Amino acid sequence: MPNSGTIKKQSSKTGRLTVKKLVKYYGKNRAVDDISFSIEPGICFGLLGPNGAGKTTTIEIIEGITQPTSGEVLYNGAPRNKAFWERIGVQFQSTELFSFLTVRESLQTFMRLYRNQISLDQLIQICSLEDIQHQDNRKISGGQKQRLMLAIALANNPDLIFLDEPTTGLDPQSRRHLWEIVDAIKRKGKTIVLTTHYMEEAQILCDEIIIVDKGKIIAQGAPEELITRKCAGQIIRLPQENVTKKIRQLLDQNQYTWHFDATQKYILILTQTINACIELLLNNQVDLSRLTIRPHNLEDLFLQLTGKALRH
Amino acid sequence: MSRFWSIFIARNKEYYRDRASFGWNIMFPLLIIVGFALIFQNGGQRPYKVAILTSDTIHPSIQKQVCAHDLFSCIPFSDKDMALDKLNHHKLEMVMENISHPYQYWINMSSPKGILSESLLTRNTLAKAELNQRLIKNTIDSKPVYYIEWLFPGIIAMGMMFSSLFGIGFSIVRYRQNGVLKRLKATPLTSFEYLCAQITSRLLMILITNIILYIGCSWLFGFQCKGSLFHLLVFFTIGTISVISLGLIVAARTKTEELAHGMLNMITWPMMFLSEVWFSIEGAPQWIKNFALCLPLSHVTQGLRKIMNDGTHLLDLSWEIFFLSMLTVLFLCVGSILFKWTQ
Repeated sequence: MPNSGTIKKQSSKTGRLTVKKLVKYYGKNRAVDDISFSIEPGICFGLLGPNGAGKTTTIEIIEGITQPTSGEVLYNGAPRNKAFWERIGVQFQSTELFSFLTVRESLQTFMRLYRNQISLDQLIQICSLEDIQHQDNRKISGGQKQRLMLAIALANNPDLIFLDEPTTGLDPQSRRHLWEIVDAIKRKGKTIVLTTHYMEEAQILCDEIIIVDKGKIIAQGAPEELITRKCAGQIIRLPQENVTKKIRQLLDQNQYTWHFDATQKYILILTQTINACIELLLNNQVDLSRLTIRPHNLEDLFLQLTGKALRH
Repeated sequence: MSRFWSIFIARNKEYYRDRASFGWNIMFPLLIIVGFALIFQNGGQRPYKVAILTSDTIHPSIQKQVCAHDLFSCIPFSDKDMALDKLNHHKLEMVMENISHPYQYWINMSSPKGILSESLLTRNTLAKAELNQRLIKNTIDSKPVYYIEWLFPGIIAMGMMFSSLFGIGFSIVRYRQNGVLKRLKATPLTSFEYLCAQITSRLLMILITNIILYIGCSWLFGFQCKGSLFHLLVFFTIGTISVISLGLIVAARTKTEELAHGMLNMITWPMMFLSEVWFSIEGAPQWIKNFALCLPLSHVTQGLRKIMNDGTHLLDLSWEIFFLSMLTVLFLCVGSILFKWTQ
């Protein structure tokens, strides 16, 4: 993990964020539909949902970018005031910066907008921008740009950091690099509000999540607790040619839930009685040489809740 | 204050590091001035073009009585039909046979310039004694204002207008489109601080480019400002702030660069024609003159000419300064109220 000790650790657990009965209409479309939740200080809070679910609108209302149709946002129990913007850091899904500035100059520009500033060199070190600090901000890669945008979000040493799909479009290596940085920030006691449609990202980084669909919260809790609560058991995966029509009927008769995976090449059997299920398959001479068993994840949870894949 | 400086510095760096744009902002008005100087200053203005029908040398008496005049430009033409066709299409003011007295000439009676050339020709060919019996000539004693000296204040006012309106309008709309403004909104920066930084940065750049332009042109053409250079700078600054503020209104809510382009053209073209940058609107209908008086560029051009051509003191321009300042306050208030960070 990079550069521990460079961001000031939260000395006290202030910064509770409360969202109450938030509603946002775009024309006749109810993009955010009566959403309420609270975020405790020092946690990483995830908003999950497919595109168009209302998670970016929700986060932008909290940031003050978008005005809600109704509802309120409270910070430390009171409506947000001017000081709120001194204490938050924001990384949007996609933003451009002032042209013709280097990475270092871009950071300086944003740092000067705040009373409370972190050391520029520390900031560059935290986000691993040393090698590109003198490069034009328009001539850096996608991963480098996201690290720069994250550094800008940290420029004022904020208590509360909003990251809106920070790793979308990044290659796996860049994504993991960014996760490491976010994890290091999280370990300093900062509150992070993260929107993502990568389940792995949410499972690794988030302490608590809400799943949003069609503007409504459809599930809320810690990822593991939610999965255990809503999707008990395991998933058995078998090549579809190994599971004949007769076996599928047998699974139905024994009340096992099964379906094809997204590739249509495998059959996924959902079970809470793994031993009995395997015994049934063995007794019916099903070839288990390519069988895999895995626990449920957020994708499964989402599928179960909405019937849609998270990335749709 | 540090927030203002931050945006001011960033904007300045953007501006001067964009070499092509920075260079063009200096070169464009300079090229116009050089071009006009070449066209109009070569031996004074020669606005009346006369085709002399000859394939050889021009007759000495025509040379003396017509071509030697500062306002006539003689062009030898061997093809009479072609010359008459050009006369018909207002490309020539007069066509003359290459013979001595009596001169034979053709004019287009629908061309005011043609009728004026005929009067000039008549005056030139009359005996001086006869002319003195009929007319008494008086001349003004003041130092003449050469065309380039009259043109220059208009050109810098026009360059300033384009740079102010398009510079501020496009940059803000572009930032709104690509999300820079949205990102800035999520900081403690206020719209007032942001707009002030934009105005100041643009003002600084316009002052620098126009000072370079002034030095270059005064060296190139040898003209001088009859009034105080300090007064000129102060008045130019007041005028520039006023026009930049007008740009803020256009940029306040406009969502796309295409729309901004259309709106800016709608403002700049009438301002350019009605503010006497290129020509006087003295003979225009009263309502046009009244409308022109509402435009900031009219007052800027007028004030700059008064300082440069007539040596007028800044205090004598109090009406222009008051009017431009009031416009600035009005534009800034409207621009700030209308301003939106996001689309």
